[in-house]
Amino acid sequence: MGAQLRVYRRRIKSVQSTKKITKAMELIAASRIAKAQARMRAARPYAEELTRALAAVLQDGSLKHPMLTGVESPRRVGVLVITSDRGLAGGYSANALKAANELAATLEGEGKEVVRYVIGRKGTSYYNFRRLPIAGSWTGFSEQPSFADIRDATELLEFSLTATSEGEVTRGEETTAGIDELYLVYTQFKNSVTQVAVAEQLSPVKSATESAAKAEGEASPEGTEAEESVSYEFEPDPKELISALLPRYISSRIFSALLESAASESAARRRAMKSASDNATELISTYTRLANQARQAEITQEISEIVGGADALSAAGSDE
Amino acid sequence: MATMHVELVSVEKALWSGEATAVFARTPEGELGILPGHAPLLGALAPGWVVRIDRVDESSVKVAVHGGILSVRKDGVSVLGEIAEFGDEIDVARARAALEAASGDSPEDLAARNRALSRLRAAGETV
Repeated sequence: MGAQLRVYRRRIKSVQSTKKITKAMELIAASRIAKAQARMRAARPYAEELTRALAAVLQDGSLKHPMLTGVESPRRVGVLVITSDRGLAGGYSANALKAANELAATLEGEGKEVVRYVIGRKGTSYYNFRRLPIAGSWTGFSEQPSFADIRDATELLEFSLTATSEGEVTRGEETTAGIDELYLVYTQFKNSVTQVAVAEQLSPVKSATESAAKAEGEASPEGTEAEESVSYEFEPDPKELISALLPRYISSRIFSALLESAASESAARRRAMKSASDNATELISTYTRLANQARQAEITQEISEIVGGADALSAAGSDE
Repeated sequence: MATMHVELVSVEKALWSGEATAVFARTPEGELGILPGHAPLLGALAPGWVVRIDRVDESSVKVAVHGGILSVRKDGVSVLGEIAEFGDEIDVARARAALEAASGDSPEDLAARNRALSRLRAAGETV
């Protein structure tokens, strides 16, 4: 076999095995999208009930809590970014980090200090590489998150928010400063083709829900109006109840964002792996064609050598 | 006998829903029984205790609810928990070990102790 042909054959083999891997990853990601969507649906009842309960308590407008009304002049702002643990998901993590950087730039422009919290190995290494301080990072569960995985994260955020920028949080041996506001950057799952990295305000809850209601326009309030007119008994009284409800509300929001991000991550990975598989198919057909050409050239050359040899021999014979 | 619709919901999924004759829970103010037709109520569940649901067609069930909220509306009762476990699914030996391990005064230990207590109570152990 000629050298050229051997090189092509080797290339084809290597691309074929790469394609096997990307194809398998594509299929796994596709099945994980469906699973993640099912988990998003399963988590919805809790979030809805909790939102309803919170709305009921908030009928009393005089309630005060750092997580609800915020502080007068917020100094330190937390930004929690949800990224993936593994790469090979196209621009998934990069888009979330870009959104986080834009948010951080805006907040710093307002004179606030940004405190970064990260979920996912990609985000952690991004900030570490740029030597930006991280107040908390949690990794190892971005594709299939469970609530137990983020308990540590939600606890730290809850304590930090309760402490506000005046106070400090001591957990184990580490002491971190508190924060006044909390933003969340995650990737919204619109459908399996479109995922958008968005930044949302989580705390203080009041201004966050107000701005969300404004963004949604007048579509939503009508349905909730009838619900809110029910007068509830509260046990314990609203002041204490709100301090139990708010952390749950925030951690439920973080958890549903995490589930949505997991679905987005799988969708992004499926797309990236699909285009990689398509590319591999194209490469294989190109190389096959080139290999065939090389093989044919080799045969042609051999024939012309034989013919040339035979001619030379017969010419030599006729001379005698 | 009058019944009401009860839903038991954890952060990750809805665990159980169906008809029940009564729900017993404990808020920081004290033990509380909900019968059909109860006035709308919103309560935080006291950590370390359990919720008992008297189901209509099945036996009554005790649930260890951690970080729980109880919401009673005209159309039914919802028990929300960050984590909720049925009494018969609980590993008693593990909960006992967790209870003994968490003897300190730090917030983490306190939370762990409450979790272990509610698990043991749900499993029907005396603590």
